[in-house]
Amino acid sequence: MNLQPETLRRIDEVVPHYPVKRSAALPLLHLVQEDQGFISNEAVEWVAARLDLQPINIYELVTFYPMFRQKPAGRRHIKVCRTLSCAIMGGYRTCAEFRRQFGTGLGEVSPDGEVTVEFVECLASCGTAPVVMIDDVLHEKVDTARARELSEKIKAEPRAPTQTR
Amino acid sequence: MAAPEQFRLIFRHIDEPGYSNDLACYVRNGGYEVLRKSVLRKPEELVDEVKKSGLRGRGGAGFPCGVKWTLLDRKSGKPIYLIVNADESEPGTFKDRYIIHKDPHQLIEGIMITCFANKVERAFIYIRGEFPEGARILETAIAEARAANLVGPNILGTGYGCEIYVHRGAGAYICGEETGLIESLEGKRPYPRIKPPYFPAVLGLYQCPTIVNNVETLCHVKHIAERGGEAYSKIGTPNNTGTRILCVSGHVRRPGYYEFEVGKVTMGQLLNEVCGGPLPGRTFKAVIPGGSSAKVLKFGERFRGKRKVGAEMVEYDWALEDIPMDFDSLQMIGSMGGSGGVIVMDDSVSMVEALANINAFYSHESCGQCTPCREGSLWMKKITGRMVHGDARTEDGALLKSVADQIAGRTICAFGEACAWPTQSFIAKFGDEFKAYPESKRAPKVTGAPELV
Repeated sequence: MNLQPETLRRIDEVVPHYPVKRSAALPLLHLVQEDQGFISNEAVEWVAARLDLQPINIYELVTFYPMFRQKPAGRRHIKVCRTLSCAIMGGYRTCAEFRRQFGTGLGEVSPDGEVTVEFVECLASCGTAPVVMIDDVLHEKVDTARARELSEKIKAEPRAPTQTR
Repeated sequence: MAAPEQFRLIFRHIDEPGYSNDLACYVRNGGYEVLRKSVLRKPEELVDEVKKSGLRGRGGAGFPCGVKWTLLDRKSGKPIYLIVNADESEPGTFKDRYIIHKDPHQLIEGIMITCFANKVERAFIYIRGEFPEGARILETAIAEARAANLVGPNILGTGYGCEIYVHRGAGAYICGEETGLIESLEGKRPYPRIKPPYFPAVLGLYQCPTIVNNVETLCHVKHIAERGGEAYSKIGTPNNTGTRILCVSGHVRRPGYYEFEVGKVTMGQLLNEVCGGPLPGRTFKAVIPGGSSAKVLKFGERFRGKRKVGAEMVEYDWALEDIPMDFDSLQMIGSMGGSGGVIVMDDSVSMVEALANINAFYSHESCGQCTPCREGSLWMKKITGRMVHGDARTEDGALLKSVADQIAGRTICAFGEACAWPTQSFIAKFGDEFKAYPESKRAPKVTGAPELV
């Protein structure tokens, strides 16, 4: 595991927050995923060892919690809310527009490695539906026109260095 | 009758121009004065104030907060924990988001008063993973409060100390269920625990006595400590005290959050006046009054029965628009106030497709621990999905109901009810639409009808 010094510092800081080390499993998985982009088998073993647990204790979390990925996502991760309030305000059309813009399937990394477009369940911003999260940032009232604008912005950004994904 | 004015207690400063989420702004507006006064009182007095206030939990179940605190096992000698449920994930609910992002110190003050009252020395804010910015804002706010000696060891020179830590979830709805949340906070899969014996007040986090309260509930505690329980209980209506934030989404002209005294605004006033009525050229069809698990209500239906007003029983005969938006009235007419999330659907929505959308949610979110819920939610999703995308049959409504009827009451946690109630109520209220769906799905769609599944 080749974690950045800042990630290691934050890991050391978070573990003592809990009287029982195992409680730090989710925080550590978040930190490792932010650092590495996804949770590899090696990362599962590393986190388990760091908390004196068996790898299965960590692996079962990675496979349960929807936010943890076992494979890398695209350079930008577009999460469209699928749940009722967004859907009745056009969330499915918004999602279709993002997929069209990047020529990609649902939940897949686009062919150029630039984005992952995904449906997620309720993002708790139902009053400004439909909503979309791009990485950590929430975008509100994203109709198809707004989805095109956001896509254009992403396309104008410097691309990720070419690599086999 | 005209809708009453909003009563902004919790959301007093939300949307106020120039109001920011830092400590300096909060203190300028009188922040932490209540904490300063509270730590000079006896903890038991504060618990009494909350009991007198009649405050009911704002997360969904509406359980009296003071009673919850009284159930704590204080004799065990084990540490007592407070967990702040900031997992806000009931579809249709978006109130805690604004408290966390725009007024985090109000929450921290409520947490510290609650911790002092219950002799808690370590509190965790369990915030849903999809609020990364909210988590950072809370961490910054806690650091500011710690630097000002409002959180941490020996606060305000009293000798009392309490730490608050932010803990991020990772996208699982079931973590909003309090015992599932506790499992998750212990670093496990969030499989809810069976009650008895695992009541959090006795055997909660690390098998220690634990309070789990919603974000909005803890903000109310601050206002109760400020005004006194008696005075607070005069806000709202009997047994439904205080204010409530109603989150309106879907097909109204002005969706958003509105705070009223509990029970002072009716469904009709809320939707027609406050939210501006239906979209142009449309009519209201259905409303889910308390988050997506609450039973759906149909425009045009009437509710009759007897209810208690003061000491007397009086008859009521309400249209949907007449229902007061409080805990007891919504329960009385067969639904619930739940988390305050009001989802409105107009005549462009097919009820079969709306249910298919809801069923997909619950099937995705079932933790899988209990067979009736895991399998039942999946079958309800498959059946409604097939109705929309494949062959629909007139008898599918009855089939769906039979699946739903076998889930509720047969599971460890309330998710069983939460996933069965939508199907049961959609079939009860809109059964004809389900029967007619094989025919109606062949007809051209209403203009602007949304795709839902």
